[in-house]
Amino acid sequence: MTSYLLFIGTIAAIYALLSLGLVVSWGQAGMVNLGLVGFFGLGAYCSTLLTKFGAPIGLGWVAGAALAAAIGVGFCLLTRTLRGDYLAIVTLGFGEGLRLVELNERWLTGGSDGISGIRAPFKDALGELYPWFYFALAWILVALVVWVLSRALSSPFGRALRAVRDDEKVAAVAGKDVLRLKCQAFGIGAALFGLAGGLYAHFTSYISPDNFAVQLTIYIFLAVTAGGYSRLVGAVFGSLAVMTILESSRFAAEFIPGLSAVQIASLREFALAVALIVIMQLRPQGVFGLRNERAGSFDADTATSAAVVPVPSK
Amino acid sequence: MFTEFAQYVLNGLVLGALVALPALGLTLIFSVQGFVNFSVAAQMTVGAYAAWFAGAHLGWSPVVMLLFAFVVPGMLGIATDRLALAPIRRQSGAHTALMLAVVSIALNLAIENALRFLFGSDLNSFDLPIERNLQVWGLSVGPQQLRNLVTALVIAVALAAFFSLTRWGKAMRAVADNTDLARLKGIEPRNLSNLATFIGMGLAGIGGSLLAIDTSVDPSTGSRLILIIFAASVLGGLTSLYGAVLGALIIGVAGEVAMIAMPPVYQSLTAFLAILFILLVKPTGLFAGTAGVRK
Repeated sequence: MTSYLLFIGTIAAIYALLSLGLVVSWGQAGMVNLGLVGFFGLGAYCSTLLTKFGAPIGLGWVAGAALAAAIGVGFCLLTRTLRGDYLAIVTLGFGEGLRLVELNERWLTGGSDGISGIRAPFKDALGELYPWFYFALAWILVALVVWVLSRALSSPFGRALRAVRDDEKVAAVAGKDVLRLKCQAFGIGAALFGLAGGLYAHFTSYISPDNFAVQLTIYIFLAVTAGGYSRLVGAVFGSLAVMTILESSRFAAEFIPGLSAVQIASLREFALAVALIVIMQLRPQGVFGLRNERAGSFDADTATSAAVVPVPSK
Repeated sequence: MFTEFAQYVLNGLVLGALVALPALGLTLIFSVQGFVNFSVAAQMTVGAYAAWFAGAHLGWSPVVMLLFAFVVPGMLGIATDRLALAPIRRQSGAHTALMLAVVSIALNLAIENALRFLFGSDLNSFDLPIERNLQVWGLSVGPQQLRNLVTALVIAVALAAFFSLTRWGKAMRAVADNTDLARLKGIEPRNLSNLATFIGMGLAGIGGSLLAIDTSVDPSTGSRLILIIFAASVLGGLTSLYGAVLGALIIGVAGEVAMIAMPPVYQSLTAFLAILFILLVKPTGLFAGTAGVRK
């Protein structure tokens, strides 16, 4: 039981890292990344392959994060003159396309069999203590990321990001380099996804394309929305909540008689998808709503996005 | 060599004609409602299951079967739009269009899993008699593929008539072309959104059922094509109905011809590369004006 709790606790920390990445790019800068699972997978495969050829695990994590960030910034530059939908579509395509590569380049990724026996840090030296070590490592990393991000986001950089999110034109008029800010936010988000991927690969020591399907994107969106999509503390809370729902529904489904394994799995995913829809309808601001982050009387929630109707000054 | 190339082009046109229907649906909904509704993919599968149920279980005739495959996803589309998406549209915040896109992905997942719950993960085929391929000038094409091509063509012509002759069709084109101008002329886009959803999802359903007749249906039938559908729509500029059809044909042919150099599993990847290429070269899409694409 302890090992099971440690396992899902560590996975929850990895979900928290993903959620924090989404808070930076979506919650703070307003850019949707529908292919976050692609960046997650990229980090996982990059770190796995590098360490397979003898690189130290730390280097694999950094390389995975850096590669994910570089690709994220690339997409940001590619769609710089287009509406937000296009960045979403491109990242979605990236996630799906990468999964095809993972599935079919068997010489590199092992195809649908995946890669097993991924090296784990200090596993032999620690023995019984290893799950505790990784659990602590993952959560220390989450705490570190929360600390660094909360410093960054409460600085002028964070205020500028939120200005870009609420109205790009106003931010540009105020002399902010909008493109640069967007690239930074999206790059930080992608780097966190990549880092989470590396952490995941070396924790489970097995990865396959099934781990990087679109469902995970929905889970993370659910976590971030449930917690309040612009709040760091909300991301951590949301990922714990999602993990609790995910795991408890596994046990709850056993109490419904006469269901096959496929039906139970589909019922759980159905429930999570519906949960995301309901939360977005009823409480789009999440458990931890927007906090005193806006400047002046501008209300982001009542402004129209298409800039068709000018916002009346209040 | 030439015959081989022509064969790939022909296969591409057959695939493109199928993809054109959901791509049209997506484009229609985007034009009228202003957001990318990712649940068209799952509605394709709904249509495929509806057709499978009507054809293989109830033994209905093909025309009634296709009508059923149009109406069921159409109605379900309106119901899910009302239940899941309309309350979010009413919030009209700074990022509503993107929120709607995210919710529609969740909706897509929900529908797909509902189907998996009801029908299981197995492949279901229509048990049609096996027919010999037709051979013309060294080209080979299946009779069912030919029928699909003709069906898609008939539907395209019927749609064109609807959009150019009827009052509702003209109103929709006006909204797609310029929402503000349409509103000035007294057309309320919101009133058209149900009709657009019904037709759009219905088209996706027919596309899915034609695909399923040719191959088979499982809960992920539509979701596997999601990228190709979007590529077709983006290629056409997301708001141009004719652009969506041409985009689908181009993506279909490009994907098949690329198979000369790439393994067939990468067909979706060609679609993704096509999106990237279009965004680099002509970000507004090949067939639409600049409206709605640039921010």
